Amino acid sequence: MIWLVGALVFWVVAWALNIRLANSSRADTIALRVAVPVLFGVTLLVLWEGLVRGLGVSQVILPAPSQIGSTIINSTETLWTDFNQTVLKGALRGFVIGALAAFATAIMIDRSSFLTRGLLPIGNFVAALPIVGIAPILVNWFGFDWQSKAAVVVVMVFFPVLVNTVQGLRETDKMQQDLMRTYAAGYLQTLLKLRLPAAMPFVFNGLKIATTLALIGAIVAEYFGSPTRGMGFRISTGVGSLDIDLVWAEIAVAALAGTFFYGLVAWLEKRVTFWHPSQTG
Amino acid sequence: MRNVVPVLTVLAIIVGVWWAAVAPMNMRAALDVAERAGDTVVPEGSVQRRDISVLTLMANNAQHIASGYSLKRPRLPTPTQVGAELWKTTGAMVMRGRAFSKRSLIYHGWITLQSTLWGFLLGTTLGILGAVAIVYSRVANMSLMPWAVISQTIPIVALAPMIIVLSNQLGIQERIVPKAIIAAYLCYFPVLVSMVKGLRSPAASELDLLKTYSAGGLQSFFKLRLPASVPFLFTSLKVGIAAALVGTIVGELPTGAISGLGARILIGDQFGTPLAIWAALFAAAILAGVLVTLLDVVQRITLFKMGFRS
Repeated sequence: MIWLVGALVFWVVAWALNIRLANSSRADTIALRVAVPVLFGVTLLVLWEGLVRGLGVSQVILPAPSQIGSTIINSTETLWTDFNQTVLKGALRGFVIGALAAFATAIMIDRSSFLTRGLLPIGNFVAALPIVGIAPILVNWFGFDWQSKAAVVVVMVFFPVLVNTVQGLRETDKMQQDLMRTYAAGYLQTLLKLRLPAAMPFVFNGLKIATTLALIGAIVAEYFGSPTRGMGFRISTGVGSLDIDLVWAEIAVAALAGTFFYGLVAWLEKRVTFWHPSQTG
Repeated sequence: MRNVVPVLTVLAIIVGVWWAAVAPMNMRAALDVAERAGDTVVPEGSVQRRDISVLTLMANNAQHIASGYSLKRPRLPTPTQVGAELWKTTGAMVMRGRAFSKRSLIYHGWITLQSTLWGFLLGTTLGILGAVAIVYSRVANMSLMPWAVISQTIPIVALAPMIIVLSNQLGIQERIVPKAIIAAYLCYFPVLVSMVKGLRSPAASELDLLKTYSAGGLQSFFKLRLPASVPFLFTSLKVGIAAALVGTIVGELPTGAISGLGARILIGDQFGTPLAIWAALFAAAILAGVLVTLLDVVQRITLFKMGFRS
């Protein structure tokens, strides 16, 4: 009971504090911009902890955050092997291969406006499809190890990046291209100095979508067969053997990895497209 | 209309590459089948063939290449095989009056469609409500927005089995609930982001004009902000419904579901019937296409009636 009341009190206090912080005169400082969402997140965790303890929820159903935390500390080795197998080998390699392939394809296609007009609608359509479904087929083709996971990721990443890059390469207007011509710039120079930089906001848009897809693809592919390691493998066997706290630990690692991966791409975007209005505002 | 010829050309190229790829992909399986049927194959025994490249095998056994196009369990089926399987499990079932038998993809598509639509409804509602909260409250803006972004970087598939276990423990027997939750989880984010943009799209001068009419908060919301956000809403709805379909299929994949397109893919994998997987995949693609097209039509009609010019 004390847990329940404590959590609710904490919730109310944190809420009141957040309202004061957000409406205070220094709400635009970086410290407060970080503090408010962090306090919100902590409140959620405290509520979770309090509800689980206060209502005596069985840990088979939902373990408390503190318990998940101690599982993470106690099984770092397992978590690291899984992280290495799924994220570093499967998702990351697939992401790099897929993004590079899409980028190269976009630049090649871009030379022909006929192909661009034909490919853009198809690419847009395919990017909206539930491509995860091909996971069992690719696992069948490439075997159980990380190669098949990377292959799934390649296919999932390819179309969003392709579509966005092609769109980005069409961003420069006639005036800018004419200016390059008056400088006697050739195709390559125009591409490198004008069109690729102009396409970068679009490319990063595609890359950001692709980061999430990459992790989803790598984990789903493991449900269809994997060596005895990997996050998807651990989650599906953990659910079966009621190792729920380990499953939640894997979910926490996946969430952290996903957030970090996304943050990395967003950080790169900021460095590369510093000139774009959306970054300077 | 200008794009029809290029699109068809690219489609033809894709189908051509697919067709050509069938021969090398299925060569080994075709040779195994031919050998079992008593034909001469160079070299004999599938173990001996394992280290020889597919191209060499094709050169040495040219007479067996054609049989790779009609295997029962191909590694890569031909487009016609997939089409035939699709027809067998949809159109042909309808002709026999068994459109909703458990072996028909129409039945499984219907199951998937239901969770998709419920998830879409839930996700869209959450997204719109969240956007309204974010636009009108500084606290919500500062505390919700970062977490909305973070929530999308979490691979939902990792959570999917847990959501299903949780809802089972809570005594929810219907399989549709966990699937709809996963669909809503993927669907709400694009709606939220676009609606925040849309609700903020009226210029300050327009909001000021309404103030001079002494319009209250509710009135300026319903007469200005909401109508102004409709084009943003529709664009995000099209993304959202595709995301909801992905969510539903992801929710069906790892969980031992028995009905739904995702379950067909899973069962096809377990029973080694690749044609069933391909047919289910294409059915899912068709479903996605139909849903997005429908929303597109609704968007055009609504925007036209509202007087937006595009």
